Amino acid sequence: MGAGHAHKLYRHGHSPVHDLPPHCKLAAVFCFVVVVVSTPREAVWAFGLYALLIAGVTALARIPAGFLLGRLLIEVPFVAFALLMPFVVPGEQTHVLGLSVSVPGLWGAWNVLAKGTLGVAASVLLASTTELRELLLGLQRLKLPPLLVQIASFMIRYGDVITDEMRRMSIARRSRGFEASGIRHWGVLAKSAGALFIRSYERGERVHLAMVSRGYRGSMPVIDEVTASRTQWAYASALPLLALAVCLVGWTL
Amino acid sequence: MSPDPAPVPPSLEVSGLAYAYPDGHQALFGVDLTVERGERVALLGPNGAGKTTLVLHLNGILEAGAGSVRVAGLPVDKRNMAEIRRRVGIVFQDPDDQLFMPTVREDVAFGPAAGGLRGAELEERVMEALGQVGMEEYAGRPPHHLSFGQRRRVAVATVLAMRPDILVLDEPSSNLDPASRRELADILRSLDVTVLMVTHDLPYALELCGRAVILSDGVIAADDRTQDLLCDEPLMRAHRLELPFGFDPRSVTVNSG
Amino acid sequence: MHVPDGFINAPVSAVAGVVAAGAVAVSLKGARRELDERTAPLAGLVAAFIFAVQMLNFPVAAGTSGHLLGGALAAILVGPYTGVLCISVVLLMQGILFADGGLTALGVNVLDMGVVTTVVAYALFRGLLGVLPRTRRSVTAASFVAALVSVPAAACAFTLIYWLGGTTDIAIGKVFTAMVGVHVLIGIGEALITALTVGAVVAVRPDLVHGARGLAAPLKLRVDGELVDAPAPTPEPAPAHRSTRGLWATGLVTALVLAGFVSFYASADPDGLEKVASDQGIDKEAKDHAAKDSPLADYGVKDVSDTRLSGGLAGVIGVGATLVAGSGAFYVVSRRRRTQGEEPSRTEERV
Repeated sequence: MGAGHAHKLYRHGHSPVHDLPPHCKLAAVFCFVVVVVSTPREAVWAFGLYALLIAGVTALARIPAGFLLGRLLIEVPFVAFALLMPFVVPGEQTHVLGLSVSVPGLWGAWNVLAKGTLGVAASVLLASTTELRELLLGLQRLKLPPLLVQIASFMIRYGDVITDEMRRMSIARRSRGFEASGIRHWGVLAKSAGALFIRSYERGERVHLAMVSRGYRGSMPVIDEVTASRTQWAYASALPLLALAVCLVGWTL
Repeated sequence: MSPDPAPVPPSLEVSGLAYAYPDGHQALFGVDLTVERGERVALLGPNGAGKTTLVLHLNGILEAGAGSVRVAGLPVDKRNMAEIRRRVGIVFQDPDDQLFMPTVREDVAFGPAAGGLRGAELEERVMEALGQVGMEEYAGRPPHHLSFGQRRRVAVATVLAMRPDILVLDEPSSNLDPASRRELADILRSLDVTVLMVTHDLPYALELCGRAVILSDGVIAADDRTQDLLCDEPLMRAHRLELPFGFDPRSVTVNSG
Repeated sequence: MHVPDGFINAPVSAVAGVVAAGAVAVSLKGARRELDERTAPLAGLVAAFIFAVQMLNFPVAAGTSGHLLGGALAAILVGPYTGVLCISVVLLMQGILFADGGLTALGVNVLDMGVVTTVVAYALFRGLLGVLPRTRRSVTAASFVAALVSVPAAACAFTLIYWLGGTTDIAIGKVFTAMVGVHVLIGIGEALITALTVGAVVAVRPDLVHGARGLAAPLKLRVDGELVDAPAPTPEPAPAHRSTRGLWATGLVTALVLAGFVSFYASADPDGLEKVASDQGIDKEAKDHAAKDSPLADYGVKDVSDTRLSGGLAGVIGVGATLVAGSGAFYVVSRRRRTQGEEPSRTEERV
């Protein structure tokens, strides 16, 4: 549970997609995924079109297909779950490859697989074409509370620092002959976790000191702002609008 | 005949500063220290003498129990805090604590932006500060992609961007490799700003600072030319100061700063 | 695990998003009240800590290892508001930056793994501290129980959300037993790690543990050679009490809205609840969804009042049970606050 994936997805590049303002991309991708999730699962062709749309944007962004497909491996646990469904869900039975599976189960599996995969693909596309700080600026522009964005910014800035400290503690432990191999060793690991918390908290206090020393008075100074022109919004909305068209057709058919 | 120009107030005037922590432990027992405009002064002393405590009084993070601190004539108190923190630029020991923004640019911009600068003016100020420390090409980088020495330099830039009257450095040469040490020394020498440097690195103090003071047991125990101080063996021994192996201060010719 | 897109349908995902946003907004206010201008750096660093510690491997046996979720830990170490904030930020960033969890499922994930674990853990923790003797041992024990319950509680919350808007047709009873069953096991691991970690922090810096406030030994004064207790600090006026009320009220209203929403759109054929309904003597009706493809199909057909009633009843029972547990704990807390007086403030920054 919650093992946390820390692989940064950003790929440096220059493409029309990279150059779009971050808040446009965030909004576009989010709307796209909402549309995908709202599509009836029986409209199988619709999902094929969505996949084509994603592929198109990927090509436009000059992201190698292999990179995108590789990152889809994040959802392996849910693929496993989806594959179980035809055997677990009750309902009218049918035969696939000699196995007896239920039709509603197949539909359910398809639904989760298709939508989940498209969702991950869209997310990866967003993260790989938008720099970290741009994403945060974009979120702020989309009216996420500035305090929340600032906390996220610190979390990202110091995430690696804290992880490094954790690694150094692990090395120190192992250098003194300690190998954690079972539950009885959890006490030592928890002590490291406790020490890490104290260090992190104290660092937070020092960071606050440094901020105050540079004139911080409770709210972050505005350093950068993102703006978008009408054309940029138009380009960004191409993705969700096309998807919406597909979705509506899928509903009416 | 032109009238005499108004005398420039000392960059730092500490008089009778005393301070005790909330738990009762008293750290400073009446510190008197004056640093004139343009001087470079080294603050020496054994561990636990109260050097960092003193430094934190200079920009009002700690409030004096007794005595006063004035920066370029302005007293350090609640009314002047914003201006004091612009005038006193403290560079702490751990650059990671000071580089808390996602990119170098934003870190250097933080101080001036907090002071109200925006847009092109802000950009200019940022580039000027980065130029002073020789880190302009790294403006778009995240701090953890820099080496320790580079982070130190950027930390200095974050403070220079506010155009301070006095630059206070807490152990600036600690953990630096010899080349980075020299690079930082060159930068400090090239700056036209008053410098107060807390350090254990006695050769560094001799190289960069013409004057040195020793803080011991919460008071200033000595205040002299750096070279004279370092050559005074009984004094050094009395305050737990020792020269590095093979270093003879008498053999060094200094251009005092 | 982070829920991906498509697992929960769009309308329920949207509602979950709104509720999660509300909870985060409340936490922002509460955290700012507690930490003031230090909120951003402290919460950010604690969030970074949670992010890092979630990756710490706790080996179980033969190559398998467990990981910490952190909701209970966050609540106990930095309080409920900052705790919810930190975990939510971690989940938000994992979803947006690392494609871990669907973008439309952000609300569900934040609500489930962020809000429920933290709030349940904190409520239980304070409730237990209210009855246990005031020692460090109690803090560790209370942490254990709080974390133990928080994980299956999250599983229950997830099951509730799934019942409202899951897109697969697996019987709700099966989902419930599977989810809660597995998560009780996970909860044991979480409880152990949480208790040990809290214990480790309390041993070194008890002043940093939000949950251990008021446990410092009272100061003594030396008067005429004798050690006497220092006079207790004067209690702080009401605002702290008011804030709990606000949180409680918001939670109550949201929960009732959800329950009402539930009874209107309840699916007509959940297994376990059907059984409950028939046991209760409420007739069940087998449903066959004509418009199964439409997302509205997940909401039952409107003309069967009995199943709707049973669905609504079960929904209210479920929400009510959580409310009783939580409010019971809050009641104990507010009683204690009034009799105890102000807890000592955190130690000042030292250099």
